[in-house]
Order: sequence, then structure tokens, then C-alpha cells
Amino acid sequence: MSHLIFIGLGLHDEKGVTLAGLEAIESCDQLFMEEYTAVLTGTGHEKLEELYGKEINFLDRKAVEDGGIILEAARKSRVAFLVPGDAMSATTHVDITLRARDIGIETSIIPGVSALNAVPGFLGLQNYKFGKITTIPFWEENYKPASFYDAVADNLEMGLHSLILLDIQADVPRYMTATHAFEMLIEVEKDSNKEIFTPDRIVCVVARAGSKDVLVRAGTLAELRGEDFGGPMHSIVVPGKMHFMEAEALVKLGGAPKEIMD
Amino acid sequence: MGRKEDNIKKAQALMTQHSMIRNIGIAAHIDHGKTTLSDNLIAGAGMMSEELAGKQLLLDFDEQEQARGITINAANASMVHAYGDKEFLINLIDTPGHVDFGGDVTRAMRAVDGSIVVVCAVEGIMPQTETVIRQSLKERVRPLLFINKVDRLINELQVTPEQMQERFIKIIKNVNDLIMKMVPPEFKKDWGLKVDDGSVAFGSAYHNWAISVPFMKESGISFKDIYDFCDKDEQRDLSKKAPIHQILLDMVIEHCPDPIIAQNRRIPNIWHGDIESEVGQSMMKCDGKGPVALMVTKIIMDPHAGEIAIGRMYSGSIKRGQTLHVLGMPNPNRVQQVSLCVGSDRIAVDEIDAGNIVAVNGLKDAIAGSTVADNPDMEAFEKIVHYSEPVVTVAIEAKHMRDLPKLVDVLRSVAKADPSIQVDINKETGEHLMSGMGELHLEITEYRIKNEYDVEIQSSPPIVVYRECIDKPAGPFEGKSPNKHNRFFITVSPLEEEIVKAIREGTIQVEGKIKDSKVLGAQLQEMGLTKEEAKKLVVFEGSNVLIDGSKGVQNLHETMELCKEAFKEAMVRGPLAEEKVMGVKVKLMDAKLHEDTIHRGPAQVIPAVRQAIYGAMCIAGRTLQEPKQMVYVSVPQDVMGGATSEMQQRRAVIEDMEQDGDLTVIKSKAPVAEMFGFSNDMRSVTGGRASWSTENCGFERIPRELQQDVVAKIRTRKGLKPEPYDEHYYSSA
Repeated sequence: MSHLIFIGLGLHDEKGVTLAGLEAIESCDQLFMEEYTAVLTGTGHEKLEELYGKEINFLDRKAVEDGGIILEAARKSRVAFLVPGDAMSATTHVDITLRARDIGIETSIIPGVSALNAVPGFLGLQNYKFGKITTIPFWEENYKPASFYDAVADNLEMGLHSLILLDIQADVPRYMTATHAFEMLIEVEKDSNKEIFTPDRIVCVVARAGSKDVLVRAGTLAELRGEDFGGPMHSIVVPGKMHFMEAEALVKLGGAPKEIMD
Repeated sequence: MGRKEDNIKKAQALMTQHSMIRNIGIAAHIDHGKTTLSDNLIAGAGMMSEELAGKQLLLDFDEQEQARGITINAANASMVHAYGDKEFLINLIDTPGHVDFGGDVTRAMRAVDGSIVVVCAVEGIMPQTETVIRQSLKERVRPLLFINKVDRLINELQVTPEQMQERFIKIIKNVNDLIMKMVPPEFKKDWGLKVDDGSVAFGSAYHNWAISVPFMKESGISFKDIYDFCDKDEQRDLSKKAPIHQILLDMVIEHCPDPIIAQNRRIPNIWHGDIESEVGQSMMKCDGKGPVALMVTKIIMDPHAGEIAIGRMYSGSIKRGQTLHVLGMPNPNRVQQVSLCVGSDRIAVDEIDAGNIVAVNGLKDAIAGSTVADNPDMEAFEKIVHYSEPVVTVAIEAKHMRDLPKLVDVLRSVAKADPSIQVDINKETGEHLMSGMGELHLEITEYRIKNEYDVEIQSSPPIVVYRECIDKPAGPFEGKSPNKHNRFFITVSPLEEEIVKAIREGTIQVEGKIKDSKVLGAQLQEMGLTKEEAKKLVVFEGSNVLIDGSKGVQNLHETMELCKEAFKEAMVRGPLAEEKVMGVKVKLMDAKLHEDTIHRGPAQVIPAVRQAIYGAMCIAGRTLQEPKQMVYVSVPQDVMGGATSEMQQRRAVIEDMEQDGDLTVIKSKAPVAEMFGFSNDMRSVTGGRASWSTENCGFERIPRELQQDVVAKIRTRKGLKPEPYDEHYYSSA
């Protein structure tokens, strides 16, 4: 009876989980959950526990990366590991899967809705045409990585769209806003001169995907740079070469300037 | 007007006449008589009563200094002296002789243009004599020689006049040999000392007399007369006929260059900006009308006035109310007061010109070594490098909880005033570590914290500072990030000894940002690095280096900053006992990184690299290094046995024994850890008849059989488990 089930909880609040996911949660003896790869900003710990009728053991990153506590529990019982978004999109969890297999624990996965496919959907962009996904981390005094810029540059060169995820520091807590990210991109632009984040570059923002309050915007960087997109979580898309249907969608769904349809 | 006031007035008038100024330091081995000499010079020049001089130790104005009979601070004083028909301004700095305060000597040399090296006629050249000559020449400061305590030679050792002359010749030859060995080539011809030209003087600072050959010619007093005066106990008369201040200050005026000549020689050596620039030219010419350039060489604490910066004006003129920049600090500072120093007194003046030594209030951001200028973009003076590293530490706590915040401020201020003191502030535990050059150094500093800063403290018994090193090359060792998505492969090997030495002695510049990597690379190749290594060096930490030996790892460039951080952390706290690491070459051979930045941030990379370094060091054989001291003990024959066995009990290795009359000089090397309480024990086994001096001489491997035990003790003290982790621990994490 040793089983570890990775369950994706979907977007925004306690209602994002699939029915299969909810049934699996109910069948488990113990629940663990992490909240550092993504956060359900529309709900709280109590609400989740109330819905599941069980206590949840919330783990910080250190405990998840160590994995010992999850594996130990899964050896003796049926354990659910709850992950906001999709269960396996945060690459960290592959490691736990492999380690569980190595010590004879059965593992299974119940996928959840992820920003990775929801965001393109809200914008009407085709999933087929996305390139490398990248994340913008908060800069620290001596650590200012900028490789996200290169990822976008590579994608654009191949005519592909770029989905840009924004840093979450759940323990602080702080969530990077699209506005903050734009300033960072403009800053990196100054040093690299590839003319990517110029004022007339079309960029898109999806905020609070999965909530009733979702916001979808598309427009030039100059236009969006000054806008307030409201509370977390935000994602950015930089479209590459667009199919005519995609251009029309950005205009009609996100309010992008009509000229992009020409 | 009293003579002192009159002289102060004259001094002010002379300050702007650069050819009438001499800046001179007095330096020597401990107890060879520097401070007595300085006091007599000042008294002779009319800055204090002659009766008190030599007894009062005017420059030892610190209570601790007077109680212990040694100079701790480099103290300074300005005085006026008539030579021929002209008057000169002499700015004098007395420096400490005890090795624990060697950093003060190094810094004082930056302020002066000449030095009087005092050598005791009885003891001759001692280890610190050599050190102060080296310190002097490194700064292109001309050393002059005063052979002191001649009276003791005659009255106590009862040498014949011929033996006396032989001793003089020997000391002069030895000093000249040292000078010739270390002098910059362009001064080789001129900087040798000659009895005939008066660059050497003889005398007794205590009895206030001295002679030189030019003076002998002028006055008709001969060596024979000197001998007779001493022999007949008529030194008081001698001090009237040949007053020390006259002979020595004459020597200074004749042989120490004025600031115009001196700065022209010294500036290219201590300042690496553009000599053709306005400030460059102004400093080369010692121009009082040029831009302000002040080199701070010391910070003293005054209970009333607060922090006072002492330093050398190389260009321009410093005035009260002026706004100046301490280079490297964000905000300008306002000069509140400018003064001349006379012993413990400071006389406020309106302004002080280039070529002088000044005391300034208000430069609150300055530390010893700061450059102060009116132009914030001026190139700073070369860092003042002092070779020795701290070897002893005490843990300090505030006695009362309420003093906790104040203690932190005080410790910072202490470290600022004395750059040889290192302070580690631990806000979490409230236990702060203070490290220094020796037991005495820390004792004095603790005394100051209690008395000058008025904070009651409790301190632990002193403990020795260790270093960690490795035996042989090892690796590559694989370090994994906590999320397991990043791997780093690292090798370690002992860094070439020549490079370690060059770093310690400051002959290569490795701290902070590497200025000219090509020049450094070429130097390092000469010292044994391969061309590839020299080209790919990333950063230094202490005497350790990080080299990037990887090829074509994508995204490594933005991860390198984190690798550097991990490397620095690992070098500051070694894997054996969390002591500093020395002499290790760390090479990153390969890295496997996650595609997205977010999965290879600081929380992932730093532990991974640190583990890889630690793991590799485990396999390379970790060694603990302890600080050693050279100990020179001179004892009479009949108590030599006691002294020798005292040394042996302290794990000392006796390297040499030399016979000098009735005295034997035992030269040995001992671990600093075994030297605590040495003074008392040595005094008791020899009935107080031994004299000794010590000198730190770097770190050496602790005997194998003791390592485990000492490591366990250090770890326990730090609240760690006694056993260090092994390589398996670092590969699993």
C-alpha cells in the first residue's frame, strides 16, 4: 500500500482541481502540498482543508527538495502530493518521482490546468507556435541574470512566441508583476541592443488566469508599460510571427492596435 | 609668550615654506629607545620641559603606554629647529616597536619622507630592525641611523674604547647591508649610511646626548671624550655639550629630503593615477595651491573631539569648513577643525599646507588608508599593505544587555582606527569576535573599549586563529543542487607556493576587482600557473583562487556570479572547522545546468558549488594550519637551562643559539597557541633576567597527531558536532 500520487490543483482557487484529482485526494491517507512553484491566490489553507475534509501538510521548498518526509510517508500509505497548476510542470518534482520509483513506491499523476496552456488560450495564440518558456527572476544585489532575454531573442529569430513566467517568492511573499518585468526587460535591452523590447514591440499580459477577474491585454510595450494589471499572478507573452487568426484575436481579445492585422 | 607658544607660532609660519620642512618617523625594535628619543627631541626643540623629557615619555600619552613602558600608537609632533642661520619645521612620528603593532609602523611610513632607525648598541640588529628598514624602503623613505644606549655599553658591559668602535662598525655595516639588499635601485648610490657625512649618530637618548662625526669636527669632542664622560659618570655635562636634539635634528635636516624632493620621488610609487594630470603634477611639486590630496594614515579617538584623522597632505591646503570627499564613500565630509600635533596636544590652526602632517576633525568616513580629496573622482593612493595577518581572537560580549547596540558601534570604530584589528559582528548571538596580532594587541584594545569608549565588556580567554589547507590535488568532485537539476564538477589543488607568498606580501594585487588582468595573468604564469589557468581565473579570496576550467557550458556566465559567492563562502569557512582556507586553487571543470534561470538561482547554485568544493577538499586531505612565532630569548648562562626547557614545553623548535658575551640568544620557532602566558612563566624561570622578542612568521601545518583533537575543540566551541563531515556527506546532499 505504498503509493504517491502527484495531483495538479489547477489555477487560482480550490475549484481549479479536476474531479479525478478531487476523488484521488479523498482516497489518500495523507496530503502534502507545496506552494513555491505556483500559488493559488484565490483561496487559503483552511478552505482547501475544508473542501478535502483532511489536514494538509504544507511543505516549504527545502522540505520538498529534500523529499524525505514525502517518501517516508508514501512508503507506508497512500499519499497525495498537491501542486498548484499542473503536477509535473515544475521540474523539481521529477526528481521525487524517480526517487520514489527507486525505492519501490508506485507513483501516478493527475494533471491539472496550467498557465502554460491557459495563457495562450486567453490570448488566442496557437500552442503550436510557442518556443522556449522562460522565467524572470527577481534580481538580487550581486545576481542579475538576464538569460530570459536571450530565450525571447532565440524564439523571435525562429518566429516563435515566448511565454514568460514571473518569479514567485511565496515565503516573502512577493509576486513579480508584469509592470516590474517590463522595466527589467527594458533595462536588459539597454545593454544588449538586439532591439527586442523597443517601445513598439507588441507584448501581451494575462493576469489572474482561472479567476473570474481574469485580465487579457495586448498592445505595444510603450502602451502597456504604464498600465496597472491588478493583483497576482501575471504572465507575459511576446508574440513572434503571427497567423492572421492570432493577430485578430490579440486585437479583439486583448485590445491590441488594429495595424497588427495588416 | 612661553617658548612653547612661540614655537607654535614659528611652526605655523614655516608650514608653507616647503624647503624648510622635514617629515620624519622614528622606528626600531622594541625597547631600543624610540620614545625616549622622540620626547627628548620635542623637549629640546622647546615643546616641553627638558627635565621631564625621557622620564615622562610625553609621546606615550596613552595611560596604557605609560603603564607598560611601550608605545602603542604612532604618536606625532611638530617642532621647530634652528640649523645654521635658518629655522626648520620638523614633523615627527614616533612608532610602536612591539610587533603586535607593526601595522602602525607601515602606515606611519606613508606619512613621512625619512626615518630614524634606532638601534640599541648593546643588542645590535634585531628582527624588528630589519622589518622597519624594509617598511621604510618600501615607501621610499630614507632610513638614517641612531645607535642608542652607548652609555650602557660603556658602563654596564664595560667595553674598551676599541671594542666600542668595533661594535659601531658592525652595527653600521649590518644596517647598510640591509639597506643595500632592499633599497630601490635608483637610490642605491645615495642611500648608504656613512659615519663621515653624519647620516649616522651615536648617543644615549635617556641621558640626552648624541654625537656625529660632523659634530665632532665642529665641537672638537672625540670618541675618547665620550668614553671618558660616561666612564666618569658625567653624562649630564655631555648633554649640555652635545644635546641630542641638536645632533639628531641637524642630521634630519641635512639628510632627510624636504617634501618637494621627497614627493617627486615617492608619488609615482604610491599613486598610480596620471602623473601629467593637475593633481599628479601638484603632488609631484608639493603645491599648496593645487587640488587637495590627503592620505590618512591613522585615526585616533579623542574622548572629547571624537575621531581624528591624521595624515599627510600631498597637495593643496586643508582648511576649516571645507567640504572634502573620502574617496569611495558616497557623501562628502565637512572639515570641522585642522590642527598641528604636539604630543597629546593638538593646536587648532586655520589651514595646513601640502608637505605637512595634519590632524583633521570631521572626516567621519575616513579610515587609516583613505584618500581624501576635493575631487571625488581623483585616483586613490595605493593601499597601505601590512604583511601580517591576525593570529589571535577573543570573543567579546557586553556586560549589560543595554550596551549591546553601543558595543557594535564601538567595535566598528575600533576596527576603523586600527586596521590590524579585525572584527566579526554577530548580531544573532551578540557574541562578537575581535582578532589581532597578538595577546598584547587585544588586551590593549579591550582596555580601550572599557576606558575610552566606556563600555563594560566580558571577553573570553584569547584563542588562536587557524587556517585550513589541503595536502594534494583531488577531484573532480560532483556537487548537486538541492533540486538535483544542477551539477558542478570541481577539482582542488594546493596553490603554487610562490603565488601564496606574493598574495600575502601584497606584491600582486588580487583583492576586489582585478584592474589589469593581462598584467596579473603574466605575473601568475611566471609564478607557476599554466597559460590556460591564468587566462581563466575568476576571483581571489584570501590566498585562494577560483579558476573556470570548463568549456562551452551554456548559461554559465550568469551562474558564475553565484559560483564566486559559493567559492568565497567556502574559503571563509573551511570544511574542517569553519576556519579560513589558505593556498587552495579551486577549479570548476564542468557544470550541468537547468534550462531555466529560475531553477538555477542562488538557493540552488551556491550550496551545490560549496558542497563540491568541500567534497573535493575532503578527498584532497584537509590539514589544519596554526600560526607560528619566531621567539628570540636572550638569557645569561646560568639560567639558560630553564629558558630552554620553558621553550621546549611550548612545542618550540630551537633553531639556533648564539653566544654574545655572557648572554646567549636562543632563536626558536613556537606555535602561537602555546605562547599564552609566556611572559610570566619566562620571567619566573629566569628570575626576570631574560629579555625576549617575538615575531609572527605565518602558518604551518599542525602536527598530524594533534589535528583531530584541535579540530574537535574548535568545532565544539563553535557549536558544531566535533567530527567534521566527510566526502560522502557532501556528495549525497
